[in-house]
Amino acid sequence: MNLTLRIWRQPGPEDKGRMVTYQVDDVSPDMSFLEMLDVLNERLTLSGEEPVAFDHDCREGICGMCGLMINGDAHGPQRGTTACQLHMRQFSDGETIDIEPWRARAFPVIKDLVVNRGAFDKIIAAGGYITAPTGSAPDAHATPVAKADADAAFESAACIGCGACVAACPNGSGMLFTAAKLTQLSLLPQGQPERYTRVIGMVDAHDEAGFGGCTNAGECTVVCPKGIPLNTIGRLNRDYLTATAKGGGTPGS
Amino acid sequence: MDLFTEGDPIADTKAPSGPVEARWDTRRFEAKLVNPANRRKMTVIVVGTGLAGGSAAATLAEQGYRVRSYCYQDSPRRAHSIAAQGGINAAKNYRNDGDSVHRLFYDTVKGGDFRSRESNVHRLAEVSVNIIDQCVAQGVPFAREYGGLLDTRSFGGAQVQRTFYARGQTGQQLLLGAYQALERQIGLGNVEMNARHEMLELVVVDGRARGIVVRDLVTGEISTEMADAVVLASGGYGNVFFLSTNAKGCNVTATWRAHRKGAYFANPCYTQIHPTCIPVSGDHQSKLTLMSESLRNDGRVWVPKATGDDRAPRDIPEDERDYYLERIYPAFGNLVPRDIASRAAKNVCDSGRGVGPTKLGVYLDFADAIDRLGRKAIEAKYGNLFEMYERITGEDPYQVPMRIYPAVHYTMGGLWVDYDLQSTIPGLFVIGEANFSDHGANRLGASALMQGLADGYFVLPSTIANYLASGPLEKVDASHPAAVEARADVEDRIRRLLAVDGDRTVDSFHRELGQLMWEHCGMERSEAGLRKAIDEIRALREQFWQRVRVPGDGEGLNQSLEKAGRVADFFELAELMCVDALHREESCGGHFRAEHQTPDGEAQRDDDRFAYVAAWEYTGTGEPAVLHKEDLKFEYVHPTQRSYK
Amino acid sequence: MAVTGILLMLFLIAHMLGNLKIFTGETAFDHYGHWLRDVGTPLLPSTWFLWIQRIALLVAVLGHIAAATVLALRARAARPVRYAHRKPVRGSYAARTMRWGGVIILLFVIYHILDLTTGHLNPQGDSSNPYGNVVADFAPERWYVTLFYTLAIVALGFHLRHGAFSAFRSLGQQTPRGERRARAAALVFAVALCAGYLAVPFAVLTGLVA
Repeated sequence: MNLTLRIWRQPGPEDKGRMVTYQVDDVSPDMSFLEMLDVLNERLTLSGEEPVAFDHDCREGICGMCGLMINGDAHGPQRGTTACQLHMRQFSDGETIDIEPWRARAFPVIKDLVVNRGAFDKIIAAGGYITAPTGSAPDAHATPVAKADADAAFESAACIGCGACVAACPNGSGMLFTAAKLTQLSLLPQGQPERYTRVIGMVDAHDEAGFGGCTNAGECTVVCPKGIPLNTIGRLNRDYLTATAKGGGTPGS
Repeated sequence: MDLFTEGDPIADTKAPSGPVEARWDTRRFEAKLVNPANRRKMTVIVVGTGLAGGSAAATLAEQGYRVRSYCYQDSPRRAHSIAAQGGINAAKNYRNDGDSVHRLFYDTVKGGDFRSRESNVHRLAEVSVNIIDQCVAQGVPFAREYGGLLDTRSFGGAQVQRTFYARGQTGQQLLLGAYQALERQIGLGNVEMNARHEMLELVVVDGRARGIVVRDLVTGEISTEMADAVVLASGGYGNVFFLSTNAKGCNVTATWRAHRKGAYFANPCYTQIHPTCIPVSGDHQSKLTLMSESLRNDGRVWVPKATGDDRAPRDIPEDERDYYLERIYPAFGNLVPRDIASRAAKNVCDSGRGVGPTKLGVYLDFADAIDRLGRKAIEAKYGNLFEMYERITGEDPYQVPMRIYPAVHYTMGGLWVDYDLQSTIPGLFVIGEANFSDHGANRLGASALMQGLADGYFVLPSTIANYLASGPLEKVDASHPAAVEARADVEDRIRRLLAVDGDRTVDSFHRELGQLMWEHCGMERSEAGLRKAIDEIRALREQFWQRVRVPGDGEGLNQSLEKAGRVADFFELAELMCVDALHREESCGGHFRAEHQTPDGEAQRDDDRFAYVAAWEYTGTGEPAVLHKEDLKFEYVHPTQRSYK
Repeated sequence: MAVTGILLMLFLIAHMLGNLKIFTGETAFDHYGHWLRDVGTPLLPSTWFLWIQRIALLVAVLGHIAAATVLALRARAARPVRYAHRKPVRGSYAARTMRWGGVIILLFVIYHILDLTTGHLNPQGDSSNPYGNVVADFAPERWYVTLFYTLAIVALGFHLRHGAFSAFRSLGQQTPRGERRARAAALVFAVALCAGYLAVPFAVLTGLVA
């Protein structure tokens, strides 16, 4: 396959970027999308140009490090698939492919296609945990958890924190990410004591980071490589309303 | 020139004597404690945020130490522990099927082919039960049964069901549990997190590890960070093979730099090759993807009987297929341990009967299972794996058999540590896959997660206190001559890498090195092959420093520069791996020497000569390393030859 | 957004039911029109209740617009650099058109008040004879008015479909089954309201109401 790539190039965080066109020939349909970029980078390196910087690590769809806007689709055209698991057989010979970084104020560009997603860590640090210092745990079977709840918690816990939800959201909102963690923890008995302080803390951190608000457009769940369901956001809203009514941000209430 | 010399033996002086069940209790009691008020004044550096590093950083911070944590990824949540699929072992005996701490201990020592320490392994088995409690309390969504209790399964040929799991994403869920505990401590200000930072040198002051030199991968800034102790939790070195199931960024740099500063490197030749990975599809291949071992429960492995049989798999009649695992190992069949399944696949491919475009693959066929159980049942069990296979290969495994081939997966070797997980440099602790301690020559399935979390949550936080309590250490800062020198070394190395400006890319060297290692230090090793490999590695390393091209500069994000530094260290490690493999004239676990096999082709250990840990001391690049032997004594589990026939 | 939206939805239901009274004849409809001004009497002076209602509606509308503006501004701030290549939102047409739909509806409401409340833009403009006003408004030769009216109502329908669903979500609807129900209910509600509102102009257009 021969392809034309138009890639966002931006030397550094403060620099202005632009789309640059590259021709990549002899692409095998068995290559992953990132391997196709590897091929481009090998050629750029040998021809004395700077290779394209892009984030990636496990290349098996679980670490959440890769994230590219491919022809306007977060992670590309195949549903339920991260960019690293996307293969070139999804494209056709002669195609032009636009590749851009995630775009959000909370995810500033570091270089080319690499963005800083530290805002997600801040949301987790603001409450996305259960306080259980090492050594303090009771026996694992002390508290049974209904299978349905455990399964639903797992479904939300499958989030890989890649940021595709934010990248695709017309509002640049990080609600699906926030709601996925909240849903996991609020479905489990272990998560109950901190349930309402958690939701206030995480939503506040989300808003402070500069993410947009949710209008239930549903784009996030369409592009989510792990299929996190939109109704997690309903659960977040309900907990948030309850927490606000209870004054949940205040300890002891 | 000799490839190595032999030095004094080395011994683990920290494990107490006495009954193996009581050693961990005794050690914890004898260890000195640090007054809580003093902990606030002590800084511990933790490099790596996987299961071991993440859990250690969180736990140390909970205990009141000031922790500085480093990872090269953009977030601590992305460490490669996240990719572990199968599960985590624990001797809970919830099934009442005869499991116990002693049985897990026994299985692990035996599974490690009698090349691990009994004291360490017993402690691991003891602590395993606490890990599950800890993780459940953190909200890790393990699989449960309808009664609401935890589900377990048997894994990797174990006869008891002791593996806890969260679908095929156990590593992810455990890591997120540790990550969340870590983020909590970051939020509380007890941990200073430095993501996108890479450790490039260890600072040793007066014989003690006192800090590290790191490069901020975003700004390119080099800085020296000092501390009272340094913990390396930087994972394994499987990427020396270029193609492995490791993440692209996994590297040996942190441990190798420590090795160069005096920490002994133990058993580097022990590498685990996982039998069920998706085969290489072409020269563009950048990494290999593992398919869960559980597939072998229902899939049958076969190749055509005739060499060069190019027919489509479905056109090959039953009597022209060789179900070689079932044929050679009738007792265990398709469920033989990883090392045996891997080598058998290599053997049939070497005999010219491999399948697929590259002829490096064997079929894993579900047709019988689909006939027997129905497509629905197979879908329920393996649906997500089948989908993943189809995404990557474009073939539908419900219609055509999967093609699989072994790939490098885990490295049992690592920095030598004593019972306290302290390396030969005082103040330098090594945990998780980065150390060599618990798996001997072969790791059992679902034991990596167990070891990472055991080290991080329970072992290190107890043992590091004993070291810190021996202080207070003399105050040193980044202006200490040793720190200045370490930093200058780092800067000089970066300058040299950038200055070569040759005509080959970093990846092209890495690929070539990986190919050499796979060929000669992979599933089967021989004296001639290893000697050849050592010569070629040396030549290639020289080439690297003359011909590599690293574009850009050291300021700001430069992924080529990051890779170049890692590959440079892989070159040095690769040589040591070959030397270790060459000197170990026996076959054990993940190390198979062609010269040392039973008449029917099985691994042949030589307990009289090689029941020891090989701890290597660095003397200089290309210089003969010094071998220090730690003798292994087996008081509880007596060495036997493994048999799966 | 959800709270003000629900208030406005309640008003839309009441308004539609009132509109449909046109099918009961001129006298009954005019009577209904006059009654609206007198609700609450003698407890409240004439038209007071109507004004209370109008003020409440105005507050709801302003609140709704204010919330929408805040969300839109946040969205804009959240993505300072736009994508060069952007696919339209796939969720639904309704979700994609909330903002422009809202603006169209607002313009329509202004026109609608000038037309049938104050009578300034109505060809008859006789406040004592609402029935006549309506009939004159949607006379066949004024087809463009009916067309505009229809477009606005369809826009309203889309706005309501996503709005109603979104309101359920914002107030805590949280299960997959509930989501299917909420989507179905929102669709039924939007279609029913559209049909109810369009019945009147089309009845006039086809001569069913004259």
